[in-house]
Amino acid sequence: MDIQGEEGDFSVTVKSYPRYVDMDKCIACGVCSSKCPKKVANEYNEGLDKRKAAHVQYAQAVPLKYVLDAENCIYFQKGKCRACEKFCPTGAINFEEQESQQEIKVGSVILSTGFKAFDPTPYYQYCYSSFKNVVTALEFERMLAASGPWLGHLVRPSDDTEPRKVAWIQCVGSRDLNTCDQPYCSAVCCMYAIKEATIAKEHAPNDLDTAIFFMDMRTFGKDFDRYYEHAKEEGVRFLRSRIHTITELEDKRLKIEYATEDGQAVSEEFDIVVLSHGLLIPESTRQLAEKLGVELGESGFAKTSSFAPVATNRPGLYVCGALAGPKDIPLSVMEASASACAAAGKLTAGRGTLVKEKVLPDPINVQGDPPRVGVFVCSCGINIAGVVDVAEVTEYAKSLPYVAYAENNLFSCSQDTQDKIAEVIKEQGLNRVVVAACTPRTHEPLFQETLQSAGLNKYLFDMANIRNQDSWVHSDEPEAATAKAKDLVRMAVAKASLLDPLEEVRLDVQPSAMVIGGGVAGMNAALELARQGFATHLVERDSVLGGNARSLRITATGEDVAPYLEDLVAQVEAEELITVHLGTVIQEVDGFVGNFKTTLASDAGQEVVEHGATLVCTGASELQPTEYAYGQHRMIKTHQELDAALLSGEVDPAAVGTAVFIQCVGSREPERPYCSKVCCTHSVETALHLKEANPDSQVIILYRDMRTFGERELLYREARSKGVLFVRFDVDRKPRVEVDGERITVTAHDHILDRDLVIEADLVGLAAGIVSHRDESLAQMFKVPLDDDGWFLEAHQKLRPVDFATDGVFLAGLAHYPKPLEEAVAQAQAAVARAVTVLSSKEMWLSGTVATIDQSKCVGCGVCWTVCPYQAIDQDENGLAVVNEALCKGCGTCVASCRSGAPNLRGFTNQDVMAQIEAIL
Amino acid sequence: MAANSKVTGAVMVVGGGIAGMQSALDLANSGYYVYLVERSSAIGGVMSQLDKTFPTNDCAM
Repeated sequence: MDIQGEEGDFSVTVKSYPRYVDMDKCIACGVCSSKCPKKVANEYNEGLDKRKAAHVQYAQAVPLKYVLDAENCIYFQKGKCRACEKFCPTGAINFEEQESQQEIKVGSVILSTGFKAFDPTPYYQYCYSSFKNVVTALEFERMLAASGPWLGHLVRPSDDTEPRKVAWIQCVGSRDLNTCDQPYCSAVCCMYAIKEATIAKEHAPNDLDTAIFFMDMRTFGKDFDRYYEHAKEEGVRFLRSRIHTITELEDKRLKIEYATEDGQAVSEEFDIVVLSHGLLIPESTRQLAEKLGVELGESGFAKTSSFAPVATNRPGLYVCGALAGPKDIPLSVMEASASACAAAGKLTAGRGTLVKEKVLPDPINVQGDPPRVGVFVCSCGINIAGVVDVAEVTEYAKSLPYVAYAENNLFSCSQDTQDKIAEVIKEQGLNRVVVAACTPRTHEPLFQETLQSAGLNKYLFDMANIRNQDSWVHSDEPEAATAKAKDLVRMAVAKASLLDPLEEVRLDVQPSAMVIGGGVAGMNAALELARQGFATHLVERDSVLGGNARSLRITATGEDVAPYLEDLVAQVEAEELITVHLGTVIQEVDGFVGNFKTTLASDAGQEVVEHGATLVCTGASELQPTEYAYGQHRMIKTHQELDAALLSGEVDPAAVGTAVFIQCVGSREPERPYCSKVCCTHSVETALHLKEANPDSQVIILYRDMRTFGERELLYREARSKGVLFVRFDVDRKPRVEVDGERITVTAHDHILDRDLVIEADLVGLAAGIVSHRDESLAQMFKVPLDDDGWFLEAHQKLRPVDFATDGVFLAGLAHYPKPLEEAVAQAQAAVARAVTVLSSKEMWLSGTVATIDQSKCVGCGVCWTVCPYQAIDQDENGLAVVNEALCKGCGTCVASCRSGAPNLRGFTNQDVMAQIEAIL
Repeated sequence: MAANSKVTGAVMVVGGGIAGMQSALDLANSGYYVYLVERSSAIGGVMSQLDKTFPTNDCAM
C-alpha cells in the first residue's frame, strides 16, 4: 500500500488479496467448509479450536461470505482436492481469482489499524505455552463466549471440567522493561479482568472463586470505580502482588505463591490462570507507518499532540483507536468520530459529490386488502435455537390466522436473509411481516429497510423478542421456552394483522449549531463546526473564554497550555461563522432536533437563536477540599491553584525543599465514588517539574492507586528514577496535615515500614477531585439526563459516547466526565462529527409512531399535556389537546393517563394492544 | 478555506475494527464516500472476539 499526493487529493494504492469465493454468488451455506478436509487452528477462537481452510471468520461476520485460506488449502499447496468447488450449490468457488491492485482517489485517510495482543510466551515462568490451564485474557473471552469453542460453558482446557478457582495476573506485557519491551500501561486490562471475573462468576454453576493479582487498580473511567466496588461486593478478591512463578501440579491445577501486604507468604491453587496481556502495535503496522511517513512514538503508538489528538505529522492522514495509544472502546469510538470530523473538515467542498441517494420503491397500497402475514423465525445461531425449538415454532406460526407464510432462518439479520425476505414478500404477496428474533433495539431499522426495499410501508412490521425475553432468560427450561416463543409469536401476529401503514413527518433542518460553554471543548467544537461551513453560536456564562484550561500549566505530553489557549481564543474570535456570546446564559429552550429555538439572556437583554443542533460543553470545576488543612496555609494548594502559582511565579519550583502531594482528595469516597482520572498524572508531572528545578528536593506522592494509564506510565517511571518517593495509603487510614504557624506537617503511614512518616513540607499539593456543575436546569431545558454524580448521561456508554438519547443534542468535555485535555478535544471533534450527520441533511424524517388525539373524546382536562415528558401536547384554541408530532416520541404516557380514551398511539393502538392481550389469554 | 475544485469528496479508512467502522459511518452519514479497507476477511476486529464489554456488560456483537 502506498499513498501519494496531499490532503484533499490523495491517490492510494490498495492491494486486494483473492478470496477465491465469488461474493455475489456465495450464500454462506457452509457446505464448502463442511466438505473441506484441511483443519487449521482457528484464529478467531485464539487457537482454542480448529476451523477449515474454507471458512468464514465467524458466524456473524460482515460480509457473511466464505473465504479460502490459500496458505493452508490443499489445492493451492499440493494441487489436489477442490472438494469445495464440487459441492458449492451456487458455483461460487473460483480458484483462478488473482491478487489485484487499484488506485483509489480520496481526500483524506484515517488509520485505525488497531492493536495486537501481547503473546505471553516471554514470561517463561508463567509457562503459558506448556501449561494448558494458563490462558490469555483473549482466550478466556472466547471460553466465556456463547459462540466460543465450549459454547459459553466455562471449563478447564486441560480436562473440560468446571473450575472452582480462577486467577488473573495483571500487567503481563505492560509496565515491564524486564521481561519484555513494554514500559507503558495498556489502560484496559484492569477493567477487563474485573469484567471477566464478574462474568465468569455468572457463568459458573457453583460459587466460583476469582482472584485478581495486581499492582495498581486502574479503573479510572466513567462508572469504572463503581464497577470495581461492585465486583468486590460480589466477592471478587483483589490481591496486590506481582506473581513471579506459576507451578503446575499433577492434576494440572496451578500453584501461585504470593506475599500479603502484612508480609505473610500464601500459597494458593487455581484451576485456571488468566494472563491479562497488554496491547501492542504489531510490526506490520510499524512498517506501514514507516511507508506512509507517519511518525510513531517509541512505544509504537502514533505520535500526536495533546491539542490535535487524531492528527498525524502528515496532513490529511489521521489516526484513531488503539493505534493512537492503548485505550478502551468508548474512547476509541470518540476518537473515531473525531477523526471523521477532522478528515471531513478539509473536504467540505467535496461533501455529497460522490454519494448517491438511496432510492426506495414507492410503497404498495395495502389499504383494504386482507392481511397476509409472513413470519420469519430466527435461530440466531445457537442464541435462540439452542434453547427454543425453532422448527416447532415455525410450524406453529403457519397455523395462526392470517399467516400466509412462515420460515426459519439461521441469522435473520444477515444480508442474504434480508434479500431473501424481500423476495418472499414479493413472491407470496405478503403485506405484514413478523420477525421472531432479538430485541427491536438491535435490528428493527434493518428489517424496516428490508420491507421498504420490497415495497412495503415500514410500519407494517412487528417483532417478537424470543431472545432477550425468552431464550436468554429461560435457558434451562427449553420446553417452557418453546411454549413461550409460540405465545410471543401469536401475540405479534395478532398485532401485525391490525397494523396500518404510517406516514412520517418531514422537517427542514436549520444548518447551524449552538455550543454551550466556551472552554477548550466548546471552542474546539465551534471551530470544527465553522470549518465545515456551519454557523455557530458559542455561549459562555463567564465574561471570558477559556474555562478550566486557564489555570492549567501543561498537558500529559508536556505541552504548554497557555500559548495554545491564547491561540485558540484568537482563532474563535477571528472566525466569521462563530458568534461569541459572553456573560450569557440559557433562559429557555423550545423546539427539537433540526429546529431549536433558544432564548439567551445577558446584561444586554434577551435574544432568540434558531439552530439545528446543540453541543453541551459546560465543563466542571475543581473541588474545594474540606480536609488536609486546606485553607489554613497559603502553601497548601489544589492542583489548579498550584499550576496558576507556578505560571505566575508565586511559587518558585527551585525554592521548594520538600513537597508532598496527596492523591484522591474528594474522589473515590462515598460522596463521590468516582475517579477524577487526571490527578495522578498531574501530580507526577508537577513532581518532575519540581525535581528538574531543584534535583535535591524531596518530593513525596501519597497515593491509593497510581493511575498513570497508557503512555503516562512512562512519566511515573521517570519520576521514580529521579527519586520521587511514592507512599501508598488506604482510604481508611488517610494522611493527616497539621498547620502550626508557618509549619506544615504531613503524617502518613508507610505500609512497608508499618510506621508513620512525619514530613515537614514546604508545599502540599492536593489532588482535588473534579466535580460536576450538576446543572439540572440546563438538563431539563434540553431534556437530557444527569447521572448520580451529576455528569451528563450519554445515550450509550460504549457505542454512543457523545450522543444523548434526545436527538440533536451532543456532549463533550468535562461535563461528560473528568478527562485530560486531549480527550476533551477529541470528544469535541466527535460531537461535531455526530452533529454534522444531522446538520448536513437538508431535511429529516420523524418517526410515524406518534400519538393522536380523538378530539371528540377529549374533555380538555389537561392530564396528558401535564404528564407528557417531551412537552409534545398543546392545548388548542378550543381548549382541547393536540399533539405536536415533531416533538412526540411515541412513549404512550398520554394514552395511559387519559380517562376518556382520547389519545391513541399509532403503531401501538389500543386495538393492537388489546389484540395482543387477547391472544395471550 | 478556499473552495478547491481538486478536493475529492471521499475518505479511506484503513482498518475495519470498532474505530474504523465508527468513523466510516460518521463520514458516510455526513455525505462522504468511504472506502473501508480491511486486511482480514471480515470487519469487526478484536471487539468481535469479546464476550461482554465493560462497564455495561453488553455483548460485544
